[in-house]
Amino acid sequence: MENTADTSTHINVQDLTMAFGSFVLQHDLTFSVQHGDIFIIMGGSGCGKSTLLKHMIGLLKPATGDILYNGESFWNAEQETRDRMARGFGVLYQSGALWSSMTLAENIALPLGEYTDLSHSQIHEIASLKLALVGLAGFEDYYPSEISGGMQKRAGLARAMALDPEILFFDEPSAGLDPISSQLLDELILELRDSLGATVVIVTHELASIFTIGNNSVFLDPETKTMLAVGDPTTLRDECDNPKVRKFLSRGEHAA
Amino acid sequence: MREASSTHCELSFDHTASSCLHVQLIGNWTLQADLPSPSSVQQELANAQGSAPPTQLAFDAQQLTNWDSGLLTFLLTLDTYCKQHDISLDPAGLPQGVQRLLHLATAVPERMGARREASSEPFLARVGKGVNRSLAGATEILSFLGQVVIAFLRLLRGKARFRRSDLALLIQQCGAQALPIVSLISFLVGLILAFVGAVQLKQFGAQIYVADLVGLGMARSMGAMMVAITMAGRTGAAFAAQLGTMTVNEEVDAFSTMGISPMEFLVLPRMIALMLMMPLLCLYADLLGILGGFVVGVGMLDLGGIEYFNETRAALSLTDFALGLINATVYGGLVAIAGCLRGVQCGRSASAVGDAATSAVVTALVWIIVATAILTVIYDVLGV
Repeated sequence: MENTADTSTHINVQDLTMAFGSFVLQHDLTFSVQHGDIFIIMGGSGCGKSTLLKHMIGLLKPATGDILYNGESFWNAEQETRDRMARGFGVLYQSGALWSSMTLAENIALPLGEYTDLSHSQIHEIASLKLALVGLAGFEDYYPSEISGGMQKRAGLARAMALDPEILFFDEPSAGLDPISSQLLDELILELRDSLGATVVIVTHELASIFTIGNNSVFLDPETKTMLAVGDPTTLRDECDNPKVRKFLSRGEHAA
Repeated sequence: MREASSTHCELSFDHTASSCLHVQLIGNWTLQADLPSPSSVQQELANAQGSAPPTQLAFDAQQLTNWDSGLLTFLLTLDTYCKQHDISLDPAGLPQGVQRLLHLATAVPERMGARREASSEPFLARVGKGVNRSLAGATEILSFLGQVVIAFLRLLRGKARFRRSDLALLIQQCGAQALPIVSLISFLVGLILAFVGAVQLKQFGAQIYVADLVGLGMARSMGAMMVAITMAGRTGAAFAAQLGTMTVNEEVDAFSTMGISPMEFLVLPRMIALMLMMPLLCLYADLLGILGGFVVGVGMLDLGGIEYFNETRAALSLTDFALGLINATVYGGLVAIAGCLRGVQCGRSASAVGDAATSAVVTALVWIIVATAILTVIYDVLGV
């Protein structure tokens, strides 16, 4: 925040091991995400991509290791510090996770009401603005169950952006969307990164998205239970020395 | 005849080649047909073992008219048998589709350890695991209670955050909207109490004491308990289902990452609503129960209306009502905690939500009975 240039490290994952009890899901993950990156967490089904995301946003505590945001330790900090840091995160969950008992506007207004001193009408204006940004102008008073899955995703994104976060996390944004909706969502993500200057972390295995928007990535492997490669997905596809990674990124077509 | 031939299938064996057993597949090999068992082929292979053991199994499918998964399972069983007995299975004579599917089914070897074994743990191990699970469950309940207490302390300091409109809605749901069912149940319970008492008291000509029985019974315990049981089934289960669904949809996670405590935002208003509404419902149930007794007393026992009313007034003191109200408040807290606890603990599937709702009701009922026992002992010791 204070002394970090745009190119410096934003997120630093250090020797992270994720485990449920004695069952280790992934061990010794070390990678860093630069400011303004669109960072992809990829890997086969069940390798712990979403779980890694949950560790990064503070929902699950790592077995060992730490995550640093702007050089500040997240998991060695007090709960209050963690809450403060987490306020800089915007999260889009796999299912949208809009609060079903509230309208779209109320969903966006809730965090604003909690953390800002804005007046009621200002909050309402901001909520409308965020909905307009994701193409949902006019849907303020709809309940989440009244709109389609793709619209719920976009509304979830609007809520994730409510507090103008420094980092946006996406859990499988294109899951359950048709190709055109998911392409629109990809474009929206790119647009938001460029205009808001946020860092974006995406869990996905959608190859089209990976190559269109990702400029950095980590590949998790369920068999060796650790990461196999870090870097630009396109470079990894063409030059990675691990055949598993190349096979994944080329849909098995150039399998070694 | 045609019907019979369309589902007819059979096997025949050909031993002409010395080291190779030819199996001829004839007719309609579908699941509807009465398929021959693979063991007949295994039998045939084993019988031939003596003279010149066959090293190859081949098929002739020229007279095969139709096939489906029935033929494939037959062949897969044979394939496994052949692998175990060093016999090579030659699929060349089978139809193209069968060959390809057979290849597909055997291409990926079974992953070691993936198949679930029927667990046959020793008795003591199961007991030990059971004890560990209940200990873990008790720890979870205690930690949940601790979080509830912390949330309440924050509420007292005015720092707890939840929407007032949510609280109002919950109060409406578990207060006003519960009136019809509470009316019905408490009126009938008063009626039943009066009937049961009347049968005994009539023998001594002491019908008038039905008023005491019903009044004291409803005010001191039955009113509160019937409301609690109704609310456990009605509202406790609803709380568990609501919070459970929110857990499944990651809505609870979304609260956590926004730095909004689900404990304050979801659990606290539910507890407050239920703990406020339960005493009111209880008072209402007391009165309707007494009305039920009154109907029996006046209608069936030929007691005078004024007489019944005066007897009830003489029997009841404010203390009796107060004890019932204290019980009701405690029950309200327990039902809300049980509902919210099971909702928050909910697994991440649709069936888990159902389990959570069931478990919430059972937990609430157990807690209600235990709490009643404890409270009754306390009142006895205090002499009220």
